[in-house]
Amino acid sequence: MALTDYPLITWMVFLPLLGGFALMLIQDSDEAGGQRVRAAALIFSLITFLISAAIYYGFQADFAGMQFVERGQWIPRFGISYHVGLDGISLPLILLTTFLTPLTILFSWRDIKSRVRFYHMALLFLETGMLGVFVSLDFFLFYVFWEGMLIPMYLIIGVWGGTRRIYAAVKFFLYTMAGSVLMLVAILWLHFEAGTGTFDILVHLSRPIDPALQGWLFAAFALSFAIKVPLFPFHTWLPDAHVEAPTAGSVILAGVLLKMGTYGLMRLAMPLFPTAAREFATIIMVLAVIGIIYGALVAMVQQDIKKLVAYSSVSHLGFVVLGLFSFTLLGATGGVLQMVNHGISTGALFLIVGMIYSRRHTRQIEDFGGIARAMPVFSIFFVITALGSIGLPGLNGFVGEFTILAGTFSRSIPFGVAATSGVVLAAIYMLWMLQRVLFNGEPSRVNSRLPDLNFREWVVLVPLVVLMFWLGLYPKPILGKIEPSAQAWLRQVNRRVLRVESPRKAPLPQAVLSSSLKGLRP
Amino acid sequence: MMNLIALILFLPLAGLFVNLLFGWKLGEKFAGWVASAAISGAFLAAMGGFVRLIGLPPEARLLRLVLFEWIPIGGFQVNAGFMLDPLSSVMTLVITGVGALIHFYSMGYMHGDRGVVRYFIYLNLFVFFMLTLVLGDNFLVLFVGWEGVGLCSYLLIGFWFGRESACEAGKKAFVFNRVGDFCFLIGLFLIIGVFGTLDFAEVLGRAPTTLVAGSGIATAICLLLFAGATGKSAQIPLYVWLPDAMEGPTPVSALIHAATMVTAGVYMVARAYVLFELSPVAMNVVAIVGAVTLLVAASIALVQTDIKRVLAYSTVSQLGYMVLALGVGAYSAAIFHLMTHAFFKALLFMGAGSVIHSLDGEQEMNKMGGLNAALPVTSMTCTIAALAIAGVFPLAGFFSKDAILYSAMTSEHGGVLFWLAGAAGALMTAIYIFRLIFKTFHGKCNLTMETQARLHESPRVMTLPLQALAGLSIAGGWVGIPLIPGADIFGGFLAPSLGGLAEGHHEALFEVIMMAISLAIALLGIYIAYKLFVRNVGGGAAYAERWPRLYRLVLNKYYVDEAYDYMIIQPVKRISTRLWKDFDDGFVDSSVGGVGGFVRLIGAAARQLQTGYVKSYAITMLVGALAVILYLTSGMK
Amino acid sequence: MAPLEHYLIVSALLFTIGVMGVIVRRNVIVVVMSIEIMLNAANLAFISFGRFLDSMDGQLIVFFVMAVAAAEAAVGLAIVILIYRNRESTDVDEMNLLKL
Repeated sequence: MALTDYPLITWMVFLPLLGGFALMLIQDSDEAGGQRVRAAALIFSLITFLISAAIYYGFQADFAGMQFVERGQWIPRFGISYHVGLDGISLPLILLTTFLTPLTILFSWRDIKSRVRFYHMALLFLETGMLGVFVSLDFFLFYVFWEGMLIPMYLIIGVWGGTRRIYAAVKFFLYTMAGSVLMLVAILWLHFEAGTGTFDILVHLSRPIDPALQGWLFAAFALSFAIKVPLFPFHTWLPDAHVEAPTAGSVILAGVLLKMGTYGLMRLAMPLFPTAAREFATIIMVLAVIGIIYGALVAMVQQDIKKLVAYSSVSHLGFVVLGLFSFTLLGATGGVLQMVNHGISTGALFLIVGMIYSRRHTRQIEDFGGIARAMPVFSIFFVITALGSIGLPGLNGFVGEFTILAGTFSRSIPFGVAATSGVVLAAIYMLWMLQRVLFNGEPSRVNSRLPDLNFREWVVLVPLVVLMFWLGLYPKPILGKIEPSAQAWLRQVNRRVLRVESPRKAPLPQAVLSSSLKGLRP
Repeated sequence: MMNLIALILFLPLAGLFVNLLFGWKLGEKFAGWVASAAISGAFLAAMGGFVRLIGLPPEARLLRLVLFEWIPIGGFQVNAGFMLDPLSSVMTLVITGVGALIHFYSMGYMHGDRGVVRYFIYLNLFVFFMLTLVLGDNFLVLFVGWEGVGLCSYLLIGFWFGRESACEAGKKAFVFNRVGDFCFLIGLFLIIGVFGTLDFAEVLGRAPTTLVAGSGIATAICLLLFAGATGKSAQIPLYVWLPDAMEGPTPVSALIHAATMVTAGVYMVARAYVLFELSPVAMNVVAIVGAVTLLVAASIALVQTDIKRVLAYSTVSQLGYMVLALGVGAYSAAIFHLMTHAFFKALLFMGAGSVIHSLDGEQEMNKMGGLNAALPVTSMTCTIAALAIAGVFPLAGFFSKDAILYSAMTSEHGGVLFWLAGAAGALMTAIYIFRLIFKTFHGKCNLTMETQARLHESPRVMTLPLQALAGLSIAGGWVGIPLIPGADIFGGFLAPSLGGLAEGHHEALFEVIMMAISLAIALLGIYIAYKLFVRNVGGGAAYAERWPRLYRLVLNKYYVDEAYDYMIIQPVKRISTRLWKDFDDGFVDSSVGGVGGFVRLIGAAARQLQTGYVKSYAITMLVGALAVILYLTSGMK
Repeated sequence: MAPLEHYLIVSALLFTIGVMGVIVRRNVIVVVMSIEIMLNAANLAFISFGRFLDSMDGQLIVFFVMAVAAAEAAVGLAIVILIYRNRESTDVDEMNLLKL
């Protein structure tokens, strides 16, 4: 029996959920119980990772369509089905998710001391939500996962966050909700007005939509995703959420959650409404370029390390969006790769910031200086990660940025030039921060006594650094898996729809309801 | 048979890994020997590669190595590919040869420093990246090395991070380089746009047919690539980082900021000379930038009193010569000067390092003097290097500088003005370098008695490399003797990489006159220095008093740093802070907050309905139920 | 046999008594009992309709309602006991926890 015949996706998506419920059986009232909870959560997330590794192993690189597809009826009356599958665009993001989750659990081993069980349940539920978004091929399913994911993230920020956690959590929730609601309206419109009567994404992707109607549908989808990305000027929730979230929350938020926005643009907004996407491309590219430069400039003057990294995300994600909207193979492939790269580097940066925060209980840059003397190994990891993030060739960030820029240049030279300036600015803010934290004089008394990395922290950082080198030096295997899907995607977004005859209407829900109400009337 | 290119490349990397794994435990001596042995091995491999190339017929002198496909996307493909041709071969020999000597020297110089293992790891990493730069067979692998050496330079300048100025200088170097890289990258993207590949062989091979000579795109590509070179090779307007880079340990200055990394820009332009030939405008810009840089930097070097800063500005100035040579189309002369400069400038830096080492870190020339007696080897070798850089026959600098000056005058891209600039630069070179020699090694000793008592010549591990380089500074130029047919071995060897030599139109008499003039200029410069700083001590100061404003202007390096700070750095910081505070926290958040406030207002009104008492909810439900019933029954009539 | 209206009037009376009980009385236990009365009023109406329309549906629903009512009574009384333990009172007017 071939690997593809097992329902691997379902197992992968729902194992963390199962694990979360299983954690309920473990008492966490004492320290030993807390340890058991952590170990159990780690094991569940590791098994999930292994399943995703099996999927990676069984993935057909030369096939552009959906693989490992599972399909079943769910609510047939409304055309809702359980339809999952993945292609070269979602595969890297899935691996990123299953890879980062165990690391965050391992990282929070000593950091989280209150409500240990609840915390790990939230993390595992979150993993299910994220994986679900990446594999859903049904709008309804997609939306359930999309919204479901918000709740554990909200709790993680709101319960285990910093001093202004409630403000940050509510801000995070409201921003994302506002966008999601628009998307919901657009999804319902697609379902009822487009004449298909189904929520199946693949069906909708294969049916052209009248260009005249694409505009506002695209806007609704794109706005929802742009908030998530976050694209300038919808980014202000991000720094607050990052600063207040516990380290694991920041890692997941930056590593995976932000990618949902770009993934959504790529999977839904652009191929569903290609004409509108091309029309809006210039506006969105302008916003992306502003985001790249703006994020970098603002990052430069931050005093809080975490906030600096948060603003750098705005800049990096701008690159991804730019790559997608360049409508080129290089841009699209680079964009997907850059999503993964950003997840790895920024995730690692947040972990590193978390490591000094848990030692020193401050993140103000001015409180540090000369740390390299006290923590040499830590400094090596910090420098490598920062360099990966600013796109030093040989490390992961470069390949993505380079291909994105090459794609952008082939579409528009001014955009390319403007975006390339982000490369210079990135070097400035990152190195300046490194200089003030790690170097710049001898460490103060408090700082000179900081212990270097312990074994657990090594275990967390080494896989990330290995990946940084691997993706920087030999990205061929992963590029080979992305490329066919990216090519198919490109054909999809470049197709031209001239006119579509007005669609046959499906019954609206009010009609369904009133027909059943009629029976009540005497 | 072992692949020589792989051997050249990976021996330094192997040294790095051995030190990374064992160096921390086994200590400084072990680390030093491992690192030095790795580079020496690489040097032997480079020799092997050179011999192999010599054994091939001139047109076929090319060894290749493709490790793997690096970025394959669709039709676009970049390989991790390397090649050894005559140009790369010369570069690898210089890098590993001078590099190995500096490694040995470092064992003495860095002795007792607590970060010495880290130092050797950085140094090996640097050599690895530098070799990647010169061996890469496409622009992107070159760029990997390009950025990598920039990184190592950042790390090594800031090596003594206990000093804040060192960190600041390291960052400055990296950022200025990144500004250059920004242009370089854009140039690469344009190349991709035009050629669809970054492979040297394809781009350079197809350039003459694909690009229209003199077209805007050709000029744009060349100017952008050259802008990258101005960052790395410290040319106007991006040269200001190099003098600050002297914060690093002196052997680093010798290796990175004199012999190898800063010449990367020159190498790159020489490598892409086919493109530059297509754009006369770009060639002119290159030549002008080189000429202006060599004059400006040499004039600053005249008045600096920090021994390493004098050498730093001297390096900028000498790089200006190389760039000028590139601009007038004398590529092989540029590479020739690059090589001889690597010998004598590395020697000068190491000599300065030897002085600094024996004076416990003192770098101020005004506090030195008369060190000749205490440091005989250092003094001797430095004097040789000074003669070489000043261009005295028959030392190395004479031949290479003469080749540049001759081309500046006679080449189709050249002109009298370029020659004049070069000649004026040569005069200033002779003056400032002998000012340094006289102030340091001759005259009255200005040291405290206590320091004088402790003066000592550096250990042999440091003086031996000095002597070796002194030998090279003398004889290094003899491979490129003009006039005698067949004696320009250097140019002949490079010809396959850099196009055919312009043989034939060397007019013997004219050339001899030119040589005589440049020799006379050098001797005149030395005489002026002698007059001002030995015979009549304080003669220099007298001139300074006569033109105080000019003196201050030059002493403060024409206020370029201040101008950058005032015109670029401060405004950017201000704007960024404004964006963050006013736009992000101000405008966006308050407009979003405004929406929130409105909702909250409605909420506050609606809140009055929510008493929290079960009863009021029950009544509301009742009323609601009655309303629904009424509605449903209203149609019954 | 008495006409349907009689049964319905009884049912309505019972329901009104329940509603008034919920609204007027202050003791939580009485409120819970009033809710039970309302449920039983509904049951009565269902049974009567079932009988007069000659259908089993009414009786079927009533069984459901009775089961739910039993569960509801159990949960409700448990809540009442908890409230009493926490607040030493069973007066609904003192409880406004729904308001934040």
